[in-house]
Amino acid sequence: MASVCFYFQVHQPFRLRRYSVFDADPVYFDEFKNAEILRKVANKCYLPANYILLELIKQFGGHFKCAYSITGVILEQFEQYYPKVMDSFKELAQTGCVEFLAETYYHSLSFLYSREEFSEQVNLQRARIKQLFGQEPKVFRNTELIYNNELAQLISQLGFKGIICEGADHILLGRSPNFLYRPPQCSELKLLLKNYRLSDDVAFRFGNRDWKEWPLTAEKFANWVNQVNGNGYVVNLFMDYETLGEHQWADTGIFDFIKHLPQAVLQYGTNDFKTPTEVVNAYPAADQLDVPHMISWADTERDLSAWLGNAMQSNALHELYKLESQIKASSDPQIIADWRKLQTSDHFYYMCTKYFADGDVHKYFNPYESPYDSYINFMNVLDNIRYRLRKIGRDNSPPQPIALAAPVKAYRPR
Amino acid sequence: MKVLMLGWEFPPFISGGLGTACYGLTKAMSEMGIEVLFVLPKPIHSEYATHVKLVAPKPGSSLSSSSDVFALKEFRNVRFRTLPSALQAYQTPSAYKKTVKTTTTSTEVEKSVKVEELAAVESAPDSNVSSPSKSGEAFVGAGANYAGDLYSEVERYARLVSQIAGQETFDVIHAHDWMTYPAGLGIAAISGKPLVIHVHSTEFDRSGEHVNQQIYDIERQGMHGAQRVITVSFLTKKILATRYNVPADKIRVVYNAIDNNHKHVPTHTQIQRDEKIVLFLGRITMQKGPEYFLAAAKKVLEVMDNVRFVMAGSGDMIRRVIELAAEMGIGHKVLFTGFLRGEDVEKIYRMADLYVMPSVSEPFGIAPLEALSHDIPVIVSKQSGVSEILTHVLKVDFWDINEMANKIIAVLKHPPLHSTLKEHGSFEVKKLSWSDAAKCCLNVYNELVGEKALLV
Repeated sequence: MASVCFYFQVHQPFRLRRYSVFDADPVYFDEFKNAEILRKVANKCYLPANYILLELIKQFGGHFKCAYSITGVILEQFEQYYPKVMDSFKELAQTGCVEFLAETYYHSLSFLYSREEFSEQVNLQRARIKQLFGQEPKVFRNTELIYNNELAQLISQLGFKGIICEGADHILLGRSPNFLYRPPQCSELKLLLKNYRLSDDVAFRFGNRDWKEWPLTAEKFANWVNQVNGNGYVVNLFMDYETLGEHQWADTGIFDFIKHLPQAVLQYGTNDFKTPTEVVNAYPAADQLDVPHMISWADTERDLSAWLGNAMQSNALHELYKLESQIKASSDPQIIADWRKLQTSDHFYYMCTKYFADGDVHKYFNPYESPYDSYINFMNVLDNIRYRLRKIGRDNSPPQPIALAAPVKAYRPR
Repeated sequence: MKVLMLGWEFPPFISGGLGTACYGLTKAMSEMGIEVLFVLPKPIHSEYATHVKLVAPKPGSSLSSSSDVFALKEFRNVRFRTLPSALQAYQTPSAYKKTVKTTTTSTEVEKSVKVEELAAVESAPDSNVSSPSKSGEAFVGAGANYAGDLYSEVERYARLVSQIAGQETFDVIHAHDWMTYPAGLGIAAISGKPLVIHVHSTEFDRSGEHVNQQIYDIERQGMHGAQRVITVSFLTKKILATRYNVPADKIRVVYNAIDNNHKHVPTHTQIQRDEKIVLFLGRITMQKGPEYFLAAAKKVLEVMDNVRFVMAGSGDMIRRVIELAAEMGIGHKVLFTGFLRGEDVEKIYRMADLYVMPSVSEPFGIAPLEALSHDIPVIVSKQSGVSEILTHVLKVDFWDINEMANKIIAVLKHPPLHSTLKEHGSFEVKKLSWSDAAKCCLNVYNELVGEKALLV
């Protein structure tokens, strides 16, 4: 018996507007562009894909299942710009066949910089999912599947039963991603590893006519899945939701592929679909998996270099998190929200110089002409945040005798 | 493959990017085994006493004093021929007139020179910024007094080159910029060999909308008469298509490069300064956008104090620009160095924290490559050919002074930005090579000549 476990990542950042060093107003985000992109992606992907998956769930009477990780920042955008998308996710939630995962509300890299901020964002996200979809998330995924042993420990303390990470070759060392694993010193927590070959067959190679397996049919793919039978429990297919209709356009046949996949998988009789929590409950951990160093699902390096690969990125992140205590001490909900929206990992991804000259996936959805422009823009915004903090600090602090104010003091009524 | 190449400046007798480009390209061709005969109108030296002295053969050196043919030692497959012409790059018709007046009318063929002496000239101090052979001189465009002398000189050059051409064999003619187009067309007609013209700049780049009709006509004739036209960027290709109506399918883009073998003296004494230096280096002419540089400087100084703006170069706008700086109230923050060469250029690069090229219209722009190879971050205008090939530089529209200031401030304020630009930029510039440019030219020749007798 082999299970197929689908998890789709649903996320869009609040992109910054062009913010010059001469700008002074605290309006950082490009409302127009964010709304425009969200509507475009929703019409090409979220709405049609939700509709198809809902139909499949109905058609197979609960035998087709999947999971989503929807960030807090995109949920805010659904509410602001396109409530219809929110309704359609709620409808999916009501079928009982869809699981919602937990992650950081702001799709942030906070785990690397502040455990306190990280935990707060995870709890914010959990509460939001509960409120919207009536589910308490049991399985956690970190931003860009960034993971190591320490994260597992923290997630275990936060009460999760499972955690999702990349099935990178260099941590598996020849073992199969199709089993469950357990992190060292966390006997309760189970690791679900992404089967990156089969995931990427759909997410990256599906529409590639130069690929020798093109065109990929549901039957062919279901056959590959079935080969796991007897040599693993579960095939974890983790990908961006935008794969359906946006990364792979509708004319590649991606929607037809998805429509036919449940039938093709289920025809093998013993194979089925499970959500991550069901997988965690159904199968034991096969082995311990030791991941002392950070891994992620990005690029071929599977490391942090897409967000922390150059001096600008580490500088921007460092300067941002340096403000944490001051921001929180301000108790100003607006400045806290602005600061947190700046934590979204996309802002740092835009600053990546790794493949910039070659032009590739890094340019996709990148609103900037160059990584340098994105850094300059970000730092200008951060400057304004600092300015606001200073201003709040001045306004809140008790009136101080001003250095040059000796005469003024003399006039103060007693 | 034998190429008859027509140019009008060559190091050390250079005043701008054209000579540098001809040097790099010819050297790379020579290394590829392409035979090149390079015909130059030699400046007549009598006006510049220092030059005459320095170029004079050393006693005992093995010069063939009676020949106008010479070779340089790093150019194995290149022969040079010079003509007794007063043509110089970036010269205005009126400036030309001045040159001719003071020139001895000797038609004697120039003496050949050796590399050592050439090198000596390069580092020769010269403070005479107004002399026409310096990069300080620019086309004035409309309004200049066209006496016809320059044009008759262009024609005379064409006649003399045609005579040389009769004595030589070659497969293709390659002419650089407008002054050599009539010569190129003439030889092509006589010899029946294909003509390639190489457009390093157009009249629109030099003069904006106030074009000199006569020069425009010569350019247009060359572009339409040639079998192939090489431009130094897509930007220039577009100008040829829209302004000269040249069919796009006969234009090939060949980017310039930089000689990476050039050694830079490492900084020995890094003097600690609390002032940052932003550098403008180039001719101070309309084309180079000096007033946008000043406007951005003013904006920068509104938020930062510890910055100095250095404008190195001279040109027909220098007085206007100095006045402008004073009018803006930033005169004390802007330093004018006049025209720099040799050691002084190296020095100024070593001092600079940022190089800005705000050109209004720059067909290519080799200077940013030089700045990058000196480990200096660069801001270039989007209206430049070089912005098409560089990714690790900052780019702005020349007119967007707010954005220019925004970027200048960012580079000066954030060391990680400075260092990332510097590291990636100097690496990127190393990938540009003249041999790639030479290969592109060879492809153009091959298209014309046919497949035989090509690669050596």
